[in-house]
Amino acid sequence: MRIGVVTFPGSLDDGDAARAARIAGAEAVRLWHGDPDLHGVDAVVLPGGFSYGDYLRCGAIARFAPVMESIIDAARGGLPVLGICNGFQVLCEAHLLPGALTRNQHLHFRNRDQWLKVEATNTAWTNGFTPGQEILIPVKNGEGCFVADPATLDKLEAEGRVIARYVRGNPNGSQRDIAGITNEAGNVVGIMPHPEHAVEALTGPSLDGLGFFTSVLRALAGAAAGGQLAGGQQ
Amino acid sequence: MARVVVDVMLKPEILDPQGQAVANALPRLGVTDVSSVRIGRRIEIEFDGEPDLDRAREIADKLLANPVIEDYAVRVESAAEVA
Repeated sequence: MRIGVVTFPGSLDDGDAARAARIAGAEAVRLWHGDPDLHGVDAVVLPGGFSYGDYLRCGAIARFAPVMESIIDAARGGLPVLGICNGFQVLCEAHLLPGALTRNQHLHFRNRDQWLKVEATNTAWTNGFTPGQEILIPVKNGEGCFVADPATLDKLEAEGRVIARYVRGNPNGSQRDIAGITNEAGNVVGIMPHPEHAVEALTGPSLDGLGFFTSVLRALAGAAAGGQLAGGQQ
Repeated sequence: MARVVVDVMLKPEILDPQGQAVANALPRLGVTDVSSVRIGRRIEIEFDGEPDLDRAREIADKLLANPVIEDYAVRVESAAEVA
């Protein structure tokens, strides 16, 4: 399986995301923001960082990169896409996910190991977890406060599209402690903390982040076998 | 020069922590009669020819503002502002 990792100008965590994909057993394929060719990848990760310097709004300019036009089309067709941190911001700006990420309520950049409770496990990127499982992965953001209007929040909750919530402390003021969400089909997931930084004992606080990458491989294997795609309702 | 001004503001219901931080700093200046500060962004667009408000609105809606969290207003810069 080939997992593409996009590099925008200002991406920081593309190397770690590619490494996490390899550790999970995938082939990591580097995708360039200016190249609309997805090179036949089976899934895409939009990594953390400060694409285009975070100018205007986080993710606002990246959303119009040539590679994003292809990714938006493919995501609507079912391609698994994971947006981490800045990647989550890009997915919201691209309207593949609802809501927006705004300045942390306390205005401080937060960088710490963060406990999350996994909720939706029927997505392409979370099917390897168990509902209610608590995981520890790093969070590091200045604009990670998830906001949406109450109707959208209620819809996300009613449809089981909150994939993870902050527990033991909300690092940024996110509404309803939301750390990550998915689209209706379950193939597009955005998460503010960084699973790619928790894949090895040497460098991470746990190996919990690996579950996102092994989940998508399982979803893809299920799809290839013609079975029910583990991620989503397609 | 045909200049269009786009003002982008967070929607009233969206918390503006930057504005709050500024408001909280005002008492240090001796200012105690301000109840709220909200911070937005002013963007100036210069067209080659006549100012095109419809085009400016399209630019604002697609890129300059995020309608999920922000409102925007588009206007041609007044002569008074230029002077």
